[in-house]
Amino acid sequence: MSPILLSAAVCFLLAGAVLCAMLSRAKAANAIGGIVAVVGAAVAIASAVHALQTGDETLQLPWSVPFGSFHISIDGLSAFFILAISAVCALGGVYGVSYLRHYKGKNLGASWFFFNLLFASMLMVVTAWNAVLFLAAWEVMSLSSFFLVTFEHERQEVRKAGWVYLISAHVGMACLLAMFILLGGQNQVMDFDQLALPPGVSAAAIFLLAVVGFGAKAGICPMHVWLPDAHPAAPSHVSAVMSGVMIKTGIYGILRTLTFLGSPASWPGWWGWTLLVAGAITGVVGILFALAQHDMKRVLAYSSIENVGVICLGLGLWMIGSAGGNTIIAALGLIGALLHVWNHAIFKSLMFLGAGAVVHATGTRNIEQLGGLLKPMKHTGVAFAIGSIAICGLPPFNGFVGEFLIYASAFGGIVGLGGSAPIACLLAIAALALIGGLAAVCFTRLFGIMFLGEPRSEVARHAHEAGVSMRVVLWILAGACVLVGLVGPLVAGVAALAAEDLLPSTGLDIGPSLGLLWRISGASAGLIVFAGAFWLLRRRLHAGRPIEKAGTWDCGYAEPTSRMQYTASSFSWPVIDMFRHVLRPTLTRQLPSGPFPGRAHLTSRTHDIFMRFFYVPLFAMAQRLGQSLRWVQHGRNQVYVLYIAVTLLALLLWKLGTEQ
Amino acid sequence: MSILTDLLMMLLVLTNLRMLASSRVAVCIQNVAIQAVVLGAITFSLSAHAAIAAGVIVVAISTVAVKGLVLPWLLRRAMKGAGIGREIEPFVGYASSVLIGAVLLGLCFVIARPLRDTSHAGASMLIPVAMFTILTGLFIIISRRKALTQVLGYLTMENGVCVFGVSLAVEEPLLVEMGILLDVLVGVFVMGIVIHQINREFDHIDTDRLSVLKD
Repeated sequence: MSPILLSAAVCFLLAGAVLCAMLSRAKAANAIGGIVAVVGAAVAIASAVHALQTGDETLQLPWSVPFGSFHISIDGLSAFFILAISAVCALGGVYGVSYLRHYKGKNLGASWFFFNLLFASMLMVVTAWNAVLFLAAWEVMSLSSFFLVTFEHERQEVRKAGWVYLISAHVGMACLLAMFILLGGQNQVMDFDQLALPPGVSAAAIFLLAVVGFGAKAGICPMHVWLPDAHPAAPSHVSAVMSGVMIKTGIYGILRTLTFLGSPASWPGWWGWTLLVAGAITGVVGILFALAQHDMKRVLAYSSIENVGVICLGLGLWMIGSAGGNTIIAALGLIGALLHVWNHAIFKSLMFLGAGAVVHATGTRNIEQLGGLLKPMKHTGVAFAIGSIAICGLPPFNGFVGEFLIYASAFGGIVGLGGSAPIACLLAIAALALIGGLAAVCFTRLFGIMFLGEPRSEVARHAHEAGVSMRVVLWILAGACVLVGLVGPLVAGVAALAAEDLLPSTGLDIGPSLGLLWRISGASAGLIVFAGAFWLLRRRLHAGRPIEKAGTWDCGYAEPTSRMQYTASSFSWPVIDMFRHVLRPTLTRQLPSGPFPGRAHLTSRTHDIFMRFFYVPLFAMAQRLGQSLRWVQHGRNQVYVLYIAVTLLALLLWKLGTEQ
Repeated sequence: MSILTDLLMMLLVLTNLRMLASSRVAVCIQNVAIQAVVLGAITFSLSAHAAIAAGVIVVAISTVAVKGLVLPWLLRRAMKGAGIGREIEPFVGYASSVLIGAVLLGLCFVIARPLRDTSHAGASMLIPVAMFTILTGLFIIISRRKALTQVLGYLTMENGVCVFGVSLAVEEPLLVEMGILLDVLVGVFVMGIVIHQINREFDHIDTDRLSVLKD
């Protein structure tokens, strides 16, 4: 029943997408595109809920492609991801309708075609049970998101971002192709229920190919370089969908591949170490670079990298716990990671949509130009504040719940595991703590510079609140942050359903840990009630008294201007300076000198070190190598035919030679 | 019957060598036409072992009609239109072309030895001759300068492919044969038009001088 329902949702989305593409009137396409996304999401959510209630079901139809079959199945893990994908896509769709309305003269039909195509392909990715179908859906997902990123293709930096994304997506795809051929090529099966490690193939190779191939989508360092370019380039609702859920399909892919490689207890310990160290590096590097950015969507993109790092830390603990035979530590790590998948989908889409509302109101993504936006944009500001607290992993909101479980798993591992595992757990705790602290600095800076203080430019002074439908979406997401924070144990229960098949032993009782979570929920509720009571008290004290507005105390200086505030750069400089050997910021400055200093200026830029010191030299070398082969192509078709003839003859002779 | 087939094969080899040796475009066109007739005859002679199927007759007759009559007529028209009588200054001279052709012929017999089992029992020469025809066509495309001569090379290669088809099984699906024939017809038709246009635009049809369009 549920796979049929899901296929119906996918077919509906595809039909809706085609309809949007054919509509010539931008306004109609815009409205219909949003409606299609919402209805498709409703059907997909129904199928996932049905699957969670009744258990796994499959649907298999023949398909004429070699090794392919239209085989889809929904188990707990798939259902878990379907719920996140559908919810974020539906909200992104509603938001997108009013966000895109202001792009006059753009082909909105094409944008909605690719949006709904992306939605449908993501649903197929998490439910496909055949490698050929999976790879086809994966490729459609990459391509449709590429076209969404290049929506404003008339701008050069958008085209560049699109290229970087396209290349990294296909490098990842190449790894996945190799991986599935290694897995299924020998036995000529490509259905997931029959895929297993064939004899003579190294499991480590498949694991590493999966981490690199899926990691390129998820944004695991150093394959993360496309994210900071692509997210600022894309429209905000697309960034929300891509960062909130599309990169998570990489996490899904890693989890799904691991199920082909035998029982979790049999995995070697260094797999867990690999994911854990990759997660720690990804998390720390991501949040450090987030701190150094001036473009708000670039900050959020780097923060997505950081959160993928946190999820990988959880997965690493899960694998280390499994290898050590301790189911409870493994379960806490995995459930924590899965919870963080949901949580990040919620708060990151909230942040991107909030940032979109600000871009919409001011026309700039540069936070140095903003300030004081909380007054004109109260709703957006409060929702953004809730998202900021949640993303730092602070109580009482949802970010805390997932990270708490990962912490619990790591602390449990220190005492409960033998061998080198406690060192890994200590590393995870240290990395999580460092990430948490830096995230608090990063989002204090982002929120503070954007929403507090005085406007730093004319555009910020004339900002206006977002439209009703955008505000509603922001409030739904902010509400979800609060709600998941309060009913964390229930959500953890759903994640436990998804995690069931991935644990070394069944019949696990995570009751005691959930009990602890309930106590946290109680404390969170208390905190919220306490804060609410304070707010009411403040209102009562203010009631009936005149409220005056005055300038901030300026230390006696006669003419303060709005430029005499902390800037985003100055706020984060102490931390950046501390980590300057990692971040390598470039400064151009002219310091004031003499008793009557003239003009002075200071600019700091922080480019991605992996892009600068690894990918740019690598691709430059590839280009030089390619250039040295240019003499092959000189325009004489006679010689081209000669190449073909010689190649064919050589192949024929070689083939005949080997047969004799 | 195998003597007749072998004779036809030899005729095909000789036309190939004549193709390599002649500088006159008109002779080359005539050559291609002769090859088409020989091709039709080979089809008949091979299928003479059994009762001749209606499909074979249709294929053979249409091959002769298209490749022996329609295409030569088209090419002659293109030749007159472009005012090209002969191929001057080919990349490889005529004497060396024939020598290279002889080497290729030997090579084909060597290559074809392991493949012989798959072909007709009665025609051991079919595969080497087919390959020789294909290689001759390719060689003409590589070594000649004029676009028109290159079209002739393409047609020669196509004839070789046809012999190959005949050698593997007499009764290839009718639809496939006809499809290939139609492809060749349309291809040469288009090439004829293109040659005409190139000639009008540039006053010559030397392909080596059309190399600016690369990249």
